[in-house]
Amino acid sequence: MIAKKDLEHIAWLSRLELSEEDMEKYTPRLNSVLDYFGELDEVDTEGVEPTYHVLPINNVFREDEINAPAKSLTQEEALSNAPKKQDGFFKAPRMM
Amino acid sequence: MYENPDGVMIGLEVHVQLNKLKTKVFCGCTTDYHNDPPNSHVCPVCLGLPGALPVINKKAVEAAIKVGLALNCKVEEHTQFYRKNYYYPDLPKGFQITQYDFPISSGGYIVIEGEDGEHRVGITRAHMEEDPGRLVHEGTIDKSKYTLIDYNRSGMALLEVVSDPDMRSPKEARRYLDKLRNILEYLDVFDGNLEGALRVDANISIMGGQRAEIKNISSHKGAERALLYEIVRQKNVLRRGGVVVLETRHFDEAREITLSMRSKEEAHDYRYFPEPDLVPLKISGWAPAIKETLPELPDARRMRFVEQYGIKDDQAKSLTGELVWANYFEDFLKAYKDEYKEKLDPKLAVAWIEVLKGELNYRDLTVDAFKKEDMLSILELLVSKKITEDGAVDIIRTLLDKGGSPDEIVAEKGLLKVEGDIVSTAVEEAIKENPQAVADYKAGKEKALNSLVGAVMKKTKGRADARAAREVLLGKLG
Repeated sequence: MIAKKDLEHIAWLSRLELSEEDMEKYTPRLNSVLDYFGELDEVDTEGVEPTYHVLPINNVFREDEINAPAKSLTQEEALSNAPKKQDGFFKAPRMM
Repeated sequence: MYENPDGVMIGLEVHVQLNKLKTKVFCGCTTDYHNDPPNSHVCPVCLGLPGALPVINKKAVEAAIKVGLALNCKVEEHTQFYRKNYYYPDLPKGFQITQYDFPISSGGYIVIEGEDGEHRVGITRAHMEEDPGRLVHEGTIDKSKYTLIDYNRSGMALLEVVSDPDMRSPKEARRYLDKLRNILEYLDVFDGNLEGALRVDANISIMGGQRAEIKNISSHKGAERALLYEIVRQKNVLRRGGVVVLETRHFDEAREITLSMRSKEEAHDYRYFPEPDLVPLKISGWAPAIKETLPELPDARRMRFVEQYGIKDDQAKSLTGELVWANYFEDFLKAYKDEYKEKLDPKLAVAWIEVLKGELNYRDLTVDAFKKEDMLSILELLVSKKITEDGAVDIIRTLLDKGGSPDEIVAEKGLLKVEGDIVSTAVEEAIKENPQAVADYKAGKEKALNSLVGAVMKKTKGRADARAAREVLLGKLG
């Protein structure tokens, strides 16, 4: 069961600010999602190898070559979507 | 047996940048960004733009295996990547691609010179991950309003080498770092001189308390200082009846203190899950072939130096402790001309290499500042008895400070050793001019002889061989 304080914690981890109202609304919704997934616990997985990846492939590599497979961007391109920039840097609020 | 009275336990997490690769770990951006403007070597993958897909650099995997093997680790049969989720501007996609329960190698060790002789430090694991971007704070970290971010570093291949908590003093921690760096240099996977090449987090606890994790350590000396500070801090807390709590602390390099980071980030909750964009690796089969390519490592080379060249163990340790000097020594021996092979023995070479090293360190210069041929000429002058040891030192210093060639300096300064008549004359004059010293010596004051030798050296401007001058003096004083 997810309590309100768990939701607060999850929201904080994702840097989301939730209002009291949002909290009231999301707590039961998240619980119903969890309940739904909880049904999976009923499947007997005894002796079944865990699946870490859905593709039946291993060992996909790239060679150590510059601009392969794709080219680097220019500084201008890199910063073109940044809401704030300064002297070629991305600019963000200070975080501790 | 080292007692470890405070029950100090130190474990280190060392982030090693595999900066000898040409490209980053998951994209084709160059690793050669150190002198370039910010955000000039980035792409959708290392900027974490939506839809970008990482593909792993094969050479990075090979380098990781190489390091694992050199640290006596087992290369795992199955290895895979995870997303470590956290929101911080150094990684714009909101997670770091790293490893978790299937690291590429684990269960190794490094042998260091411990408090009580050889000491083995276990390597828990060495895992691969991507480097985050570089943050620049305006002013200090606790005062600045903004964070500026350069993602050129983002996506560099990192190897995180995690040790067991086997170190019992800050000194051992420093030795461990020196040794690890030494091994990495021999493996040619890493250039330790580049900024940010090696970064350290330290975990330390003392008896009766929990551990503190210290972040932001950027040098070996810094690690030792931070740990020394931390031991004192933790002891003081306990002595006042307090509790040493589990926490993360930030090392303030300028003030040489650690500060509590006191933030909710403490509650690490990274929600690791397998990285769906990278398939697992099954590469343990590469290990035998890579093992064949491992170079001779520092300890093996040290033992060979002692055996092959008959030099002392601490000399061999000092030479092999830095790859460039180990190579210098062996290249130097190879460069001996045949006619000098017999006279120039390795022991002499090592002694003079140590002198050179001292002179370079004093001037903050590297080995490149001194030509090997010059060193060779100096030793040849020395073994053919044309100059004195003092003269040799003089030439080394002059070459470093003013340049030129050994022969020129010898001619200019008149360093050619004087013998026979000139020494004899100087001795006679010295005896004549220092009657008191002669009387003292004859009265049994052995030390008076030294002042007479000094007088001879002064008269010959240091070009006489002190030992020869002493013998001539003894002869004349009868």
